[in-house]
Amino acid sequence: MRRDVFQAIADPTRRAILSLLAMGAMTPTALAEHFDSSRQAISKHIQILTECQLVKQEQTGREIYYHFNSKKLKEVDKWLQPFRATWDTRFDQLDALLKNNKNKKS
Amino acid sequence: MIATKETIYTKDAANKKMSVVREFDAPVAQVWKAWTETKYLDQWWAPKPWKAVTQSMDFREGGTWLYYMQGPEGERHYCRNDYKTIVPNKSFSGLDAFCDEKGNINTDFPRMDWKTSFTPIGDRTRVDIEITFASEEDMQKIVEMGFKEGFSAAHVNLDELLASK
Repeated sequence: MRRDVFQAIADPTRRAILSLLAMGAMTPTALAEHFDSSRQAISKHIQILTECQLVKQEQTGREIYYHFNSKKLKEVDKWLQPFRATWDTRFDQLDALLKNNKNKKS
Repeated sequence: MIATKETIYTKDAANKKMSVVREFDAPVAQVWKAWTETKYLDQWWAPKPWKAVTQSMDFREGGTWLYYMQGPEGERHYCRNDYKTIVPNKSFSGLDAFCDEKGNINTDFPRMDWKTSFTPIGDRTRVDIEITFASEEDMQKIVEMGFKEGFSAAHVNLDELLASK
């Protein structure tokens, strides 16, 4: 199965988990308290987020803490990049066309 | 040399939307024509090196624009845009799709809902494009395709840059 950032954020529960972790690291128990879903379901989401490197797990004493890896989320911003290339080219062409029409009229 | 104008791109993954905002140095009537008349659309709609070629155009609510994008190797991708609402010189909306030369929709690809609005700013025009996806999966699929499309456009720019040196 494909594991990437886009897949990770495609799910509303995973987005909620990320917003919670963005405010501070949490233990699995503390995190699960925020959701109606079973702990198992949350742990499955965490697993996906970890595989996508959006969440890191760190052991502190006896407890595991989930941390949000904001660096990884920056990748999401990159996804608009190709659209930019396409649309920028398109718009430059439209600029040229509009300029051309203006010159013809004057 | 064409002056670079700032294009504002935003995405809203949670609401399956993305928007593109850009100003053009021409009055609304002219920009409207460029977006809705095929003699103009064919000149700019496809990013180089692709060319847009209109097969048929029925620009009215419920009408369809059927065209293909021709690639540098002569490959053709047929597309259609089904117009939903049209308010002349203000906005139009529609649903796009990939299709065959007869306009039969290819359901392997997601469709996108477009709303394009035109606002006069003195002698200039601001164009707001809002694209809505049916689902997050669709958005993801389009993103993947955008990568391909965008890279080919980027390569052309690179080619031009290299040629000018």
